[in-house]
Amino acid sequence: MRLDYPANIKIVRLPCTGKIDVIHLLRAFQKGADGVYVVGCLEGTCHYNEGNFRARERVEHVRMLLEEIGLEGDRVRMYNLSSGEGPTFAAYAKEMTDHIRSLGPNPIKNSTKA
Amino acid sequence: MNIDLVMCSEVKSISGDPGNFEVSLVNHPRYIDPVKCTGCGECARHCPVTAVNQYNMKLDDRRATYIEYAQAVPLAFGIDTDTCIGCGLCENMCIAKAIKYDDAERESTLKVGSVILSVGSRGFDPSGLDYLGYGKYTNVVTSEEFERILSASGPYFGHLMRPLDREEPKSIAWLQCVGSRDANRCGNGYCSSVCCMYAVKESMIAKEHVHGELDCVVFNMDMRTFGKDYEKYYLRARDKEGVRFIKARVHSIIEVPETGDLIIQYADEAGKMKEEVFSMVVLSVGLQVQPDAAELAQRLDIKLNKYHFVDSDPFAPVATSQPGIYTCGVLQGPKDIPGSVTEASAAACLAGAELAEARGTDIPKVEIPKEMDVTDQDPRIGVFVCNCGINIGGVVDVPGVKAYAETLPNVVYTDENLFTCSQDTQDKIKEKIIEHNLNRVVVASCSPKTHEAMFMETLEACGLNKYLFEMANIRNQDSWIHSKEPEVATKKAKDLVRMAVARAATLRTLHEKVVPINKQALVIGGGVAGMNAALSLGNQGFNTVLLEKETELGGFSRKLHHTIEGADVQAYLKTLVDDVSGHDKIEVLTGARIVGFEGFKGNFATEVALDGVDKKRKIDHGVFIVATGAGEYQPKEFLYGEDDRVLTQVALSDRLEEKGADGLDSVVMIQCVGSRNDEHVECSRICCQNAVKNALHIKKLNPETQVYVLYRDIRTYGLLEDYFTEAREQGVIFIRFDEDAPPDVRSASEGMLVTVKDHILQQNVEIRADLVTLSAGMRAEDTDEMSQIMKLNRNPEGYFIEAHVKLRPVDMPSDGVFLCGTAHGPKLITEAISQAQAAASRATTFLAKDAIKLSAITAKVDVDHCVKCLTCVRSCPFGVPEFNINEKVIEINEAICHGCGVCASICPRQTIHLSFYDDDQIMCKIDALLEAEGT
Repeated sequence: MRLDYPANIKIVRLPCTGKIDVIHLLRAFQKGADGVYVVGCLEGTCHYNEGNFRARERVEHVRMLLEEIGLEGDRVRMYNLSSGEGPTFAAYAKEMTDHIRSLGPNPIKNSTKA
Repeated sequence: MNIDLVMCSEVKSISGDPGNFEVSLVNHPRYIDPVKCTGCGECARHCPVTAVNQYNMKLDDRRATYIEYAQAVPLAFGIDTDTCIGCGLCENMCIAKAIKYDDAERESTLKVGSVILSVGSRGFDPSGLDYLGYGKYTNVVTSEEFERILSASGPYFGHLMRPLDREEPKSIAWLQCVGSRDANRCGNGYCSSVCCMYAVKESMIAKEHVHGELDCVVFNMDMRTFGKDYEKYYLRARDKEGVRFIKARVHSIIEVPETGDLIIQYADEAGKMKEEVFSMVVLSVGLQVQPDAAELAQRLDIKLNKYHFVDSDPFAPVATSQPGIYTCGVLQGPKDIPGSVTEASAAACLAGAELAEARGTDIPKVEIPKEMDVTDQDPRIGVFVCNCGINIGGVVDVPGVKAYAETLPNVVYTDENLFTCSQDTQDKIKEKIIEHNLNRVVVASCSPKTHEAMFMETLEACGLNKYLFEMANIRNQDSWIHSKEPEVATKKAKDLVRMAVARAATLRTLHEKVVPINKQALVIGGGVAGMNAALSLGNQGFNTVLLEKETELGGFSRKLHHTIEGADVQAYLKTLVDDVSGHDKIEVLTGARIVGFEGFKGNFATEVALDGVDKKRKIDHGVFIVATGAGEYQPKEFLYGEDDRVLTQVALSDRLEEKGADGLDSVVMIQCVGSRNDEHVECSRICCQNAVKNALHIKKLNPETQVYVLYRDIRTYGLLEDYFTEAREQGVIFIRFDEDAPPDVRSASEGMLVTVKDHILQQNVEIRADLVTLSAGMRAEDTDEMSQIMKLNRNPEGYFIEAHVKLRPVDMPSDGVFLCGTAHGPKLITEAISQAQAAASRATTFLAKDAIKLSAITAKVDVDHCVKCLTCVRSCPFGVPEFNINEKVIEINEAICHGCGVCASICPRQTIHLSFYDDDQIMCKIDALLEAEGT
């Protein structure tokens, strides 16, 4: 479909969002990512039955941890869509980018570099 | 590899005999060579001609050089010469040199053993039905057009808009049975079987798509949601989503010229005229065999019925009147996707059985060289950056990306290619792997979804383990979406390549475990479905053990007399039992009960206890088919069991066979007994036709007998509708009742007294009946014990669950396990037969191989560090991890692991690893991406 979405989005491929680990998400923030989001199948349509529900739980957990260390919890999000929804994917990418821009850069980035 | 696609072609004639046909084809020109075309789309982007997009139902435009839709197979373009002006632009633009203006019509022949005719149908064209205003009023669309409107790849990109003014509709009406159940206006007396369900679906999706409220109304005569779990879907639409269902056949549609809204006039159930205004009207058009399809069938001398569907035998549903030629899908009769997919497998089963001897002889063999051992070597990565014609190279600075890749750690070779997927580049990659001792390969090109398998094969072909491969998607994820910002795209391409190179360095050799397949099959259940499955497997040449718990084969069909078409069930059953019992590949075990089970796909072992035999019998088998069947519900309602004048349909047909209809002045039938109620929500699918069948039988035996059918919706789907029509013509009286006001049945000396509220009269009617017949629904056989032993999942109604409702309707979720007959859900004998043949066909795909390669992407437990907390055992969606009590370790059987990684990420000690997606293999990508951020 070649739909435009912001170039700051880079995708890491996983077999299922159920494979996502809290440590993966935290690592991204530690290394300076401004935002991370997980895109899984629509709820109830996980190819592996329930992986996306587990992912959502982990995202929620990371959100809590971020807030605990003084970052905005909403830097991490979970989105759900089906593989046929290109326009929705692009819309979410834009939404997430705009949202992260409004939050500003990840403060960890400066502190680790300093 | 075993399928040759011959596109743009038509069958002219077929000569020869089964096993040795010669098919004459006309190959129409495509003007673009599908082998050379890479699907990049440059031709279409430069084509100056606008043509009507037939795929989107003429709701938008496309180019004269086009591909129908993004998922088309093969992914190659073609030229529509009706609109092409021959300007030559596409030829100039095509770097792959795929354009062939001089392409011409050719003729060719194919030699084949069997033929399957699956030419399908189209939606009914409602232009001729003037009262609907289609073609006259822009906001009246067909359901096919509405599907495209709802689609993300449709004319409005998935935004729900009406065609006239592109406004979001506030209300939509669906009109059912347009081109179906209508012998008067269009000659299609049959029910199209699918429209009720798709109307419900469209109404629900439409509600999801709008931003505010949307009023959805489905005008119908009967709601026919008769498939497995369909009733629940219908109820969800009605009760939860607020879709309104009105029983009416719409009289006329009139447009309000100022607004484009549509006034619908209809008579309600009491006969009162009503009027409602809608923003849009969707005509639920039926399925219809196209004239050219009918002509083809006639050319091949295949007998068609009056509606041009293949005239098939109830006991041989996918066979045609021509031996060796089979059929499936809507050409066979109106049906939905699960039915079509099932029949497709059934047709493949019969087509294959005939050629069983020759199986495998025509398949090209691929020689794979011995694998190089790279375990102790440092990573030596080769990076191949693809231009994809100008798809990538036109945006991304490919030489720059190549130069950048050279600077990355472990990279020892880089190259750029015009098309990395082309055969000559594949050969070049092989050459370079050997020349530079590459032990990891990164291709920066397109999507792994379409090309990963191919590149992995390339690695394998020169002795490199195929899991030492990684792709960077710099086309779909980069050049295509950032085409207006070349610099941004080039930077992102470098990022993606850096991530891929980092991951490549962490990749480890993985081996797909090869397990031999036991070539014997087990079929559980000796009814019509089980026997057909066994027979089909036997005919394919595989030894089959058929288990039956009773002492005799036949199952529920032993209680049946005739199908609605008049076919003799007992005569068929006798032939079937004889065929199965006399088959040299089939062993029948009656009085059998499953007591033990172990193993996995290709290697199962089932323990069986047999009546009167002390010793248990162990059966080794590679696959098994579940065909445990269903029976008739024993009603608790309507004085059944208290008054012997109340009986079930099955008992009524017994009585009609034995005593005829003598002495019967009046018979009342009550539908949906034990179906579509709180206790059992689902529709039992077969009872409406059963009632019609018995009603017609009574009328035939004694035309004076009054027959009343009290129903909620008559669900005589497909060609069964003709019998419903015939029953009405014969004077059978159908009275609809509301689910909230069921009939009342009382015993009296003069007969049974049945009271029901007639909708048209709007008052209670009392009918005196000699017999009250209850259309008792179906109930799954009790399979509690067996499903526990064999770990098979059932739904709340006790029917077994298929792997995927539409795509894998006869597979069960575990590999090597298949399902057919009423064990899957209520169905007719005809449907059970095609399902059994389908299950056998799917089983054959396993049994035909000597061994299977298991996926190498599986979870492995580091037993030394595992604390046996059993979290994985609880979390696995497929119940794969098990605690081995003897060894005291957690075991994950890689033969049944699906590779989702849930256990790996949930393991609190991180002792489970998912190969190919190990933590370091994910983390290094994150690190590589972010290390260079801002630099």
